[in-house]
Amino acid sequence: MIRLEKRPQPSKAWTVATPILAVILTMIFGGIMFGLIGTSPVEAIRTIFWDPLFHPQFAGFSRPQLLVKAGPLILIAIGLSIGFRAGIWNIGAEGQYIMGAICGAGAGLALYPMESALILPLMIVAGALGGWAWAMIPALLKVRFGTNEILVSLMLVYVAENILASVSSGLLRNPEGMGFPGSRNLSQWSSSQNLELIPNTGMHLGVLTAFIAVILAYVLLTRHIQGYNIRLTGEAPRAAKFSGVSPARTILFCLGLAGALAGMAGLFEVTGPAGQVSIDFGSGYGFTAIIVAFLGRLHPVGILLAGLLMALTYIGGELAQLMLGVPGASIQLFQGMLLFFLLGVDVLTNYRVRWGTSEVAR
Amino acid sequence: MPDLLRLNGLTKAYPGVVANDDVSFDIREGEIHALLGENGAGKSTLVKMIYGLVKPDKGTMTLRGAPYAPSEPSAARTSGVAMVFQHFSLFDALDVAENVALGMENPPPRRDLAKQIRDVSETYGLPLDPSRTVGTLSAGERQRVEIIRCLLQDPKLLIMDEPTSVLTPQEVEILFETLRKLKAEGTAILYISHKLEEIRALCDHATILRLGKKVATCTPSETTARAMAEMMIGSSFASPAAKHTTPDEVLLRVDNLAMPAPGAFGTPLRGISFELRSGEVLGFGGVAGNGQDELLLALSGERTTKRGTIWVKGADVSRDGPVDRRAAGFLTAPEERLGHAAAPNMSLTENAVLTAGRRQQLVKKGFINWGRADRFAEDVIKRFDVRTPGTHVAARALSGGNLQKFVIGREVAQNPDILVVNQPTWGVDAAAAAAIRQALLDLASKGAAILVVSQDLDELLEISDRFGALNEGRLSGLKPVADLNMEEIGLMMGGAHDMEVAHVDA
Repeated sequence: MIRLEKRPQPSKAWTVATPILAVILTMIFGGIMFGLIGTSPVEAIRTIFWDPLFHPQFAGFSRPQLLVKAGPLILIAIGLSIGFRAGIWNIGAEGQYIMGAICGAGAGLALYPMESALILPLMIVAGALGGWAWAMIPALLKVRFGTNEILVSLMLVYVAENILASVSSGLLRNPEGMGFPGSRNLSQWSSSQNLELIPNTGMHLGVLTAFIAVILAYVLLTRHIQGYNIRLTGEAPRAAKFSGVSPARTILFCLGLAGALAGMAGLFEVTGPAGQVSIDFGSGYGFTAIIVAFLGRLHPVGILLAGLLMALTYIGGELAQLMLGVPGASIQLFQGMLLFFLLGVDVLTNYRVRWGTSEVAR
Repeated sequence: MPDLLRLNGLTKAYPGVVANDDVSFDIREGEIHALLGENGAGKSTLVKMIYGLVKPDKGTMTLRGAPYAPSEPSAARTSGVAMVFQHFSLFDALDVAENVALGMENPPPRRDLAKQIRDVSETYGLPLDPSRTVGTLSAGERQRVEIIRCLLQDPKLLIMDEPTSVLTPQEVEILFETLRKLKAEGTAILYISHKLEEIRALCDHATILRLGKKVATCTPSETTARAMAEMMIGSSFASPAAKHTTPDEVLLRVDNLAMPAPGAFGTPLRGISFELRSGEVLGFGGVAGNGQDELLLALSGERTTKRGTIWVKGADVSRDGPVDRRAAGFLTAPEERLGHAAAPNMSLTENAVLTAGRRQQLVKKGFINWGRADRFAEDVIKRFDVRTPGTHVAARALSGGNLQKFVIGREVAQNPDILVVNQPTWGVDAAAAAAIRQALLDLASKGAAILVVSQDLDELLEISDRFGALNEGRLSGLKPVADLNMEEIGLMMGGAHDMEVAHVDA
């Protein structure tokens, strides 16, 4: 019989080892799956994990994509993880991301076609404020009326999507766009464009911001009393109250921060890779970031790695479909396996596996 | 008298700890047998084996000569073994008869059951109305429901786990009359407690456990409480030395403090007023659930109260939160260690920051100085003899007693002007309890004002200068401890809570 025994405290070694173990397990079982559908397992794994970065022909295109995709995921996930640490479940980052893009783009477009170096910073602030304001709705409702932030923030995603559809064919529609929905192309307006900082790396302002957010979040959580209070609230809410942490302030801070970061991610996306506010702007980053946050164990560095890994499997998955002709479903299965193993082996951090007879009923 | 239950070499091990190691003793028919030991000595595991909740790894039991190995509590009940737990398993919203029926294998029709309850309760001097809703009963009356539920099964052996911890002295007397009557009828009682004077008054024999082993047996009435205590802890220990200070200026003044109940099961605070002076130890007794936790919440600042109700050194702190109160030198330690006083998954260093951040300058400009925090935690561990491999250990990995030493030590080490503690020695072994009490007295000697809220009357009488009791959210008058006797204390605690006194003609 296999028996799980709770460790007196989480194992540090396993915290680091479990993600590696999970990737190895995914490669083994994913390889078996690819073998069963008639693709060479080694080739499939290589195409997903190796080729996006090092393939002589494709890497030039796919390598920058890694940071382009990982950037918003990391930035949003960092914001979410801080709330999750405090037990505040903001599921609506997608909506905050959309509202950030709309508000930021709107602030910039109001000044079009003015040329000024101050416009992009203004748009970033407006984007952050837009996301922040959208997150304040569930926050204030929770503080004032005790509503469930999971439901409110999630439902506001659908509201945001409808606002997006409305403004991209109405308020923000490109007057020179021949009636097509969608705003002016912000990546082509020199005042608002968010270009690569270093050519062919995918490193744009948003990715840089994401990396800075990782560092600041790390400092916040490990060194600052506010981060300590957040962790304490998540670990033991009553102990936090005893310590003097105000639950209301924690809720406002965590939701507000997550909203602001998601809003900024939206703004960087709309001024860079996406280029314009359009109906299909919402790409699911806000939801995928939830997974990234948990894959990264709600730890800033973990989130950085998880964001890159997640981006890699997306790009690698597309590449595998293109080059090996494997069905899209098999790629989703593969990604699912990765999540499954990452979350499954997590049990080893808190439990010890014992082989042998279990003790009699207690 | 012949033996009723013989325990032979009972052994039970859990990962990392042997809860019972080769324990053998006999319980005779019609005796009250005390099972004595400190927290963690293995008393609970032993009675759980007798009651069929836990299976022994080794060893056998015989009941009236026949092998006895209950696989579950219902088998134990069928064999005539019943148990009253320390924590009641009753439904507030149901009435007495319904609660009793829920605990029976084949409950009789309601009308018969009500009659049976009345009969049993009259026979044993435990007056109880079968149609009362349990939610309206006092702790002592709830215990009666549990006892009657057991007695209806006509047990040969009744196990009682710490039955007096929820009772006032008057209620204890009533309970003892009942137990003596049961004994006279031939029912054996296994009485678990660590209250030595009670055992001396009630029990015929005592078996003493220490670290899972039987270390001694004695006849309590012929042994002193101190001798039993030393057998229990395996060494002698120093009683706290009295302090020599006279109460000085008023540091804490609570003026007509009232607060609605925090939830459906809380107790509202009603007009509590007292003054706490420098150098003084004030003790608040009372049965659990009479407003102790709520008073602590109001004093710690977790719940703020009306302006003008709480004054620290002449300043109104009623609207201040915990952080500001600590800054003013007003520290508290709540009863519940894990989850309230300490965060279970956080290290001791992190838990040190929980209350000491501001006062010990562990936090500067918002940033935590972990080196300092670690040194402070280290200091608490050393001063209060907390047994732990180090400060990096999670709070949940410490035993209850050690964590208690840490959370009390954390406040004491901050040299508060005013310290309020709730159940400071709850679940702590005798030597550690003595150390904690000594630390509180030392703090008072240095001029701090101490309020100890506790359900352990002996503790309060030992260390307090003045005593008051909480009863249904009200505070009794405060009296100097030197002038008090048990009778008075019991009345301050609410007397018998309107429970009728037993009419036992045994």
